[in-house]
Amino acid sequence: MKIHEYQAKQLFARYGIPVPKGEPAFDVERAVEIGRKLIDDTKSQTVVVKAQIHAGGRGKGGGVKVVQGEKGVREAASAVLGMNLVTHQTGPAGKKVGRLLVEQGMQIARELYVGFVVDRDRRSVCVMASTEGGMEIEVVAAKTPEKILKAWFEPYAGMQGFQARGLAYGLGLEGKTATAAAGVMQKLAAMFLKEDASLVEVNPLVVTTAGEVIALDGKVNFDDNASFRQKAHEELRDATEENPVEAEAAALGFSYVGMDGDIGCCVNGAGLAMATMDIIKHEGGEPANFLDVGGGADAETVKKAFKIILSDGRVKAIFVNIFGGILRCDVLAEGVVGAATEMGVKVPLVVRLEGTNVEIGRDILAKSGLQIHTAKDMGEGAKLAVSLSLGQGGGR
Amino acid sequence: MTILVNKDTRVLIQGITGGAGAFHTKQMLDAGTTVVAGVTPGKGGQLFEDKVPVFDTVAEAVAKTGANASVVFVPAAFAADSVMEAAAAGVPLVVCITEGIPTLDMIKVRAVIDPLGVKLVGPNCPGIIAPPVAQKLGITPHRVTRPGRIGVISRSGTLTYEAIGQLTALGLGQSTCVGIGGDPVGGLDFKDLLAMFEADPDTDGVIMIGEIGGGAEERAADFIKANMKKPVAAFVAGATAPPGKRMGHAGAIIAGGKGTAAEKIAALKAAGASVSPTPADIGRTLAKLL
Repeated sequence: MKIHEYQAKQLFARYGIPVPKGEPAFDVERAVEIGRKLIDDTKSQTVVVKAQIHAGGRGKGGGVKVVQGEKGVREAASAVLGMNLVTHQTGPAGKKVGRLLVEQGMQIARELYVGFVVDRDRRSVCVMASTEGGMEIEVVAAKTPEKILKAWFEPYAGMQGFQARGLAYGLGLEGKTATAAAGVMQKLAAMFLKEDASLVEVNPLVVTTAGEVIALDGKVNFDDNASFRQKAHEELRDATEENPVEAEAAALGFSYVGMDGDIGCCVNGAGLAMATMDIIKHEGGEPANFLDVGGGADAETVKKAFKIILSDGRVKAIFVNIFGGILRCDVLAEGVVGAATEMGVKVPLVVRLEGTNVEIGRDILAKSGLQIHTAKDMGEGAKLAVSLSLGQGGGR
Repeated sequence: MTILVNKDTRVLIQGITGGAGAFHTKQMLDAGTTVVAGVTPGKGGQLFEDKVPVFDTVAEAVAKTGANASVVFVPAAFAADSVMEAAAAGVPLVVCITEGIPTLDMIKVRAVIDPLGVKLVGPNCPGIIAPPVAQKLGITPHRVTRPGRIGVISRSGTLTYEAIGQLTALGLGQSTCVGIGGDPVGGLDFKDLLAMFEADPDTDGVIMIGEIGGGAEERAADFIKANMKKPVAAFVAGATAPPGKRMGHAGAIIAGGKGTAAEKIAALKAAGASVSPTPADIGRTLAKLL
């Protein structure tokens, strides 16, 4: 689960990590009000207005404005709020900006990078620190990997002081600034563990001209598997940032990812669902979605899955690929027929079932009077689905 | 011979009285598995299906029944605790079926059980099935298996069944099939199991099914290149998966341009493995190598 920058900074503040003064705004008037207060508090006319969307590259896309005075805040807020922000992470369609973060400007001396991520291969948390703050870390890693310092810590031990100091000195920081940066890193580490994060990134972590260390940006992702013990995170969810179909699928216990093609897929199991998309592509078709309906699958599951798949109007054919093993194919076949009838499925349906009573299942599908094609294995099913989708004017 | 389990394996089920635990324990018994005990705290003293004694703790179950392998069906919030309980009770092999365990929990689990020498399979996996000795520690549909001499290792569940089904249809039986799970942090890895299959005189070839995310396939490729004399057929799922999207499994995500199917396939091919072009050709790809 992803959260907004302003939410990440509120979390940082709770862990004692210094952040700029600022507040979120959902409309222009509120933004101006926050701006006025900041100008009063800081005795500076410089205010920063930042678009809040779940994607990076906002500055380059025109979603971050450094402005002067109340009038500047009003102009920036009016321009950014409601704009369609396109960045390298949003895709060409962009994202509509519905929230702003209005905060104080900073006198920046240095921009650093600090990031925390689970290192699955070393089974620990990896801290990355770099002098190249403000850049995309992937670019730094690719071009100048020597500029990324790393340390690893175990979740039960936490990040040790020597590790944080080592990174701070490694970044070329000295004296109180180094101590402050090390403190920030240890607090971020503690937050990572306490909040079940999967990613915490501060880019840039700035050193001000006064020598303070401040998190100027913040990106936090949470481990979805830990949601059962992180109930407070639910309040941070921004439904407008989520794909509505993916969210609906998730509520049903499915895992759905929309793709650009026209062959709808209904599969049990994540690996098989990925493999089903792969084989459709291999046969010259384009999958419309990744859909894992879970390890077990029954008639009700199929019905719900059809609803999700058909919510994508581009779907020209559906490929049901269920490997049940202990599943009764006759029961599932009846479910498929029932769902197709009830849902009024108009597109061709290719069904590949594996389980017990396969023959009876195929018979039920064949005699349904519906446009259902049965396949004896997934290779045949994929070929059939691709040719049928092309027959419906699909493909590219 | 088989790997990880044999005819003397005595299985205990943690979470035996829960829905999934009860259902699959019946399936395991049906497959011929030596299920000797169940554990559900608070349900000690019961008898499951009139034959399997249920205990409150793993330590008691081990002491009374000589169980030497455990299968965990406990819900995600308590699964890490269950794996550590089995390890602490001296169970040398733990198979964790449970899906949705927090990643930080699994890191802690490994830190606790590794020094004890405990082998973990999973979590979020179908477990182990060894047809030659009729032992099933997990949820793989035993109907699609047959005894034989091919080893199967996979990060996926149903895609594993698919591969087993293809082998069986070609008349190629299996020595042992192991699902290692789709989570970012788990127990035994491809390379660990490849080593076991390489050393097993009754396995002639291995199928490994990987997927996008992480570096386990690349490590497997290094191992294959350096150590494997037996033929390996591989498939990597997720060639069409977009970056940054979690494809069902928590571990199946392409992050920062790393962990793509193309990179993994290239590494496996360079190591001498034969990579199946589609998921429908996994069995045939292996058959050609024999």
